[in-house]
Amino acid sequence: MLTRRTETVNIALEEDIVRVRQSTRKLAVECGFSLVDQTKMVTAASELARNTFVFGRGGTATLQVIQDGGRTGLRLTFEDQGPGIADIEQAMSDGYTSGQGLGLGLGGAKRLVNEFEIRSKVGEGTTVVITRWK
Amino acid sequence: MERIPILKMGPFLLVTIQVDMHDRLAQTLQDDLAERVVKDGSRGVLIDISSLEVVDSFIGRMLARIASISRILDAETVVVGMQPAVAITLVELGMSLEGVKTALNVEKGMEILQRSLGVETGGDENAHPEN
Ligand SMILES: Nc1ncnc2c1ncn2[C@@H]1O[C@H](COP(=O)(O)OP(=O)(O)OP(=O)(O)O)[C@@H](O)[C@H]1O
Ligand SMILES: [Mg+2]
Repeated sequence: MLTRRTETVNIALEEDIVRVRQSTRKLAVECGFSLVDQTKMVTAASELARNTFVFGRGGTATLQVIQDGGRTGLRLTFEDQGPGIADIEQAMSDGYTSGQGLGLGLGGAKRLVNEFEIRSKVGEGTTVVITRWK
Repeated sequence: MERIPILKMGPFLLVTIQVDMHDRLAQTLQDDLAERVVKDGSRGVLIDISSLEVVDSFIGRMLARIASISRILDAETVVVGMQPAVAITLVELGMSLEGVKTALNVEKGMEILQRSLGVETGGDENAHPEN
């Protein structure tokens, strides 16, 4: 697998969630995604960036345009050193929220992409990686 | 402070969202609308989201809340102009925007709001058959 391009967005302010959306859109266009696929990826990015900001107390989003054989994809990695998630299965289920949300972010983001990976350790932080192929 | 403008059109309020809103801005719009519905005695709120390229769970929740708040304040809300890609994504995300009235464009949305007034006038007339 080849990384053709990498961009990093720091998530420290609420406005950074908007910056993650805008950078994701730009790279999704570069990857040649259809409008619907762009919108899905940007929406998933927005949900995960907000989780990083709200629950992870800030972190980073790393955006990569990747190439695997003949196909091009967009991979986004959200990382924080926040409190972590004790029960990932519960966090992933639709409707579960420990805050004021609808509990749709994680489950919804997973439905909007081709690959979804989550790693978390209580007291250490959370990493979510999503990939969408053209 | 940064704010989304709210226009008054007779008995209705009109909002055109043209920027990618950060969460606080969306929250402020929700609060401003509630205040204006009461202050202006508005009977309807029309929200044009045709320029919005993304509606995530936060914005979706804000739209649903605006609709419930205005309903309690006796005003109808119609969200118009949602882009097809946004609608497809919202459903996959798991947001059905239940309880939010939608229309294809501003004109159709206005018709819905006008009609909601008309129905009531009709009711009043029936209550006074001598008129
Ligand atoms: N980065 C994170 N760090 C710690 N906890 C997290 C993180 N991301 C998610 N969680 C936990 O997982 C739960 C579910 O997240 P999800 O995004 O699905 O819903 P939500 O953010 O609560 O609501 P919504 O996304 O609908 O606004 C959160 O309430 C939180 O408890
Ligand atoms: Mg969330």
